[in-house]
Amino acid sequence: MKTSELIAKIKEKLDKDALEITETPFDDILIEINKDEIISVMETLKNDPELKFDSLLNQLGVDHKERFSVIYNLFSFSLDRKITVKAYLDRENPEISSIESVFRGINWFERETFDLLGIMFTGHSNLQRLLLPADWEGYPLRKDYAFPDQYHGIDNRARSNFK
Amino acid sequence: MLERFNVVNRLEEDPALLLTRLDTALNLARANSVWYLLLGLACCSIELMQTGGPRADLDRFGSLFRATPRQSDLLIVAGTVTYKMAPRLRRLYDQMADPKYVIAMGSCANCGGLFNLSYSVVKGVDLILPVDVYLPGCPPRPEALTEALIKIQEKIKKEKYLLKKD
Repeated sequence: MKTSELIAKIKEKLDKDALEITETPFDDILIEINKDEIISVMETLKNDPELKFDSLLNQLGVDHKERFSVIYNLFSFSLDRKITVKAYLDRENPEISSIESVFRGINWFERETFDLLGIMFTGHSNLQRLLLPADWEGYPLRKDYAFPDQYHGIDNRARSNFK
Repeated sequence: MLERFNVVNRLEEDPALLLTRLDTALNLARANSVWYLLLGLACCSIELMQTGGPRADLDRFGSLFRATPRQSDLLIVAGTVTYKMAPRLRRLYDQMADPKYVIAMGSCANCGGLFNLSYSVVKGVDLILPVDVYLPGCPPRPEALTEALIKIQEKIKKEKYLLKKD
């Protein structure tokens, strides 16, 4: 299937949920959606018999300074195509529905995104820090993150022998 | 060889008699049975496994791994120590019986190494527990780790602990 045909088909299936669909390099397709429609979009992409994007490759978050975005990479074995779904979130209150009800494997991806960027996934079954200690303060991959000078009394400043 | 360990040969007088100091004999026994804790934190542990394997063969120095800290004499911190791992590592060290020794293996354990400017890595394992031998390298070769073990053995052989306290 040609990329333009697939874009037309996705546009038809998602209707108004897709704000913008663009072709990106390496035969990838970027679908920008409204964050409130994430679950219905994912259900359509996964369960529609003509699309069947049933493999979740990756999920990540990005800090754009004035706002955040959450990115989902999906793959369809029947079409042999991959797509990228992107939703923008507010800076002050980054919150989006967890898609655990659609893809159960998203669990740790969302925990990692929460851990490092502080994006809240409502409806997640166990939204705790994944990589950092449970009592860590702040979200390290945010652009405005300040490195702590110490952690539980352990000096955290960089050591240098070149004084 | 015998003079080096204060061993006096009286075999001509009595074929069963060898004289030495008690702590020398004890130290010889301890130095040649340094069992290390089977613990790897990052890529240095691959090199640690190589050192324990047949080519470098740490076993010929009487050193082999134990899977429990209760039976270990030596903690080889092989890899990057993160703040999440630091309390667990400290607990393993506390669970080891005295006398105990620590080798900080590789740049990460020495000073944070490659991750010196990161937020979540301990900048040197000596910030959380005492270290006897610092072993540089990223990662150190098995020969280097063998050398570090020999340094620990030399340290053990020099120890005097059967003295009366004043």
